[in-house]
Amino acid sequence: MDPKEIRNLFPALSRKVYGKSLVYFDNAATAQRPQSVIDEWTRISSTCNANIHRAVHLMSEEATQAYEDARECVRGFINAAESSEIVFTSGATASVNLVAFSFGEAFVSEGDEIIVSESEHHSDIVPWQMMCNRKKAVLKVLHVDDTGHLKVEMLESLMTERTRIVCVAHISNVLGIVNPVEKIAAICHGKGVPVLVDGAQGVVHADVDVRKTGCDFYVFSGHKIYAAPGTGVLYGRKELLEKMPPYMGGGEMVGTVRFDGTTYAPLPLKFEAGTQNFAGAATLKPALMLAMEMSRDEELCRYCDDVRDYLLDALMKDDRIRLYGVPEDRSEKISLFSFTVEGVHHEDLALILDKMGIAVRSGQMCAEPLMDRYGVTGMLRASLAPYNTLEEAEYFVESLDKAIKMLR
Amino acid sequence: MEKSLQEIENEVVDEFSMFDEWLDKYEYLIELGKALNEYPDAEKTDDKLIKGCQSRVWLDWSLKDGKLFFNADSDAIITKGIISLLIKIYSGRTPEEIASSDFSVIDRLGLKENLSPTRANGLVSMIARIRELAAENL
Repeated sequence: MDPKEIRNLFPALSRKVYGKSLVYFDNAATAQRPQSVIDEWTRISSTCNANIHRAVHLMSEEATQAYEDARECVRGFINAAESSEIVFTSGATASVNLVAFSFGEAFVSEGDEIIVSESEHHSDIVPWQMMCNRKKAVLKVLHVDDTGHLKVEMLESLMTERTRIVCVAHISNVLGIVNPVEKIAAICHGKGVPVLVDGAQGVVHADVDVRKTGCDFYVFSGHKIYAAPGTGVLYGRKELLEKMPPYMGGGEMVGTVRFDGTTYAPLPLKFEAGTQNFAGAATLKPALMLAMEMSRDEELCRYCDDVRDYLLDALMKDDRIRLYGVPEDRSEKISLFSFTVEGVHHEDLALILDKMGIAVRSGQMCAEPLMDRYGVTGMLRASLAPYNTLEEAEYFVESLDKAIKMLR
Repeated sequence: MEKSLQEIENEVVDEFSMFDEWLDKYEYLIELGKALNEYPDAEKTDDKLIKGCQSRVWLDWSLKDGKLFFNADSDAIITKGIISLLIKIYSGRTPEEIASSDFSVIDRLGLKENLSPTRANGLVSMIARIRELAAENL
């Protein structure tokens, strides 16, 4: 696949901003949507908009089919053993909240410990803090080093017999380095502790095999991997999900309801209370099919690596720039670059780049503890997708230089 | 005769609209930001800090002869430039004048996007604080 050909699949990429061609480098926040995803949403809405699972009529059956096909597609994509281990949610945030609540109810009591990494997104910190407050449990932190690598060697000593779960990102949304989740899982499992992996970035950029990696929970959002917003996935090992109580009560998630007691539906419906975002969830199928097609295209992958290497070199050799998440080996870095520029504020840079047609992220990126770790109030982040070209990367580097010169 | 708040607003808008290109507008704001009155480090205290996800803004104020005076600073230079415009307009005005302003000058400057509340920008809170101070000192 030619990257220019791929661009044509994403209608928003051809728009102009301030009369200039859009350079969309904010993919880690949300990715653009391909026509196939937009079409699936339209197809469901215009031909089979009916509530799923409940009715016997044809429209409902078709909508249910699309929803369950998407579930099966997700299962295959992350190589889960069974589709009942795939719970649809509204996003990675909702998935973590679900686990933090239900796992907490089932397995955490006063004095127990939860470990999260220092480079987690707020979504993988705050739900655990809330649960720890509720359960009087203790939140412990696995730190990162100066280059942005998790201090995995510290994990074992951080764990005690009270550790109940360890939560790490597959790839930090700030650092862009693939964490050794397989190794982390092995350490945790050696002590009988389950692992939750926040795959919001990881699912987009790394091969995910939940069984090979050995993660017990894997969460991600649909919108970062080209699907509709408001869709998300929680993969949980069946044995654990079965022991966890429901997060929300309502329709769909029940077996029988009596005023003297209610039984719950089997997995995964136990965790899918109320009418789901079925039109959105269905778009996960075309989205993941495209993601798979792109990740298996060797020519495209080589091209993406070249773009990454170009940016990595350009940013590393510029002594005005401090890059966070410096890889030991290029293959562990994704095309995501968070950096600060000496004497220049990230917001100023982002405002000027915006007017040059370049969309980047600036600020704390929902990772305040990590900002504190590096002693900065925010960073600028350029995050790329396979549809971004080398020409765009070159334009970005030139524009960044111009913007810095304007501001210094 | 002293210019009215509205007259000053018009002046600021006229000056700013001389630039057609966005990058020129930013160049102008950067210059204004650099020229903004020095804000003493000692006054960069937490109670004066308006924290946003993006830039931080410090706002200090005083009431003299029935007029509100503002001094402010930011760690971001474009924000500082916009602060400079706001100070030019609102500092040295009576609480009544400020309270009766609809702050539509922001729209007229075309800076609304820089100031939209969804940007979690310290400037939005700065404007809210100026309004609050005016109301408190009526």
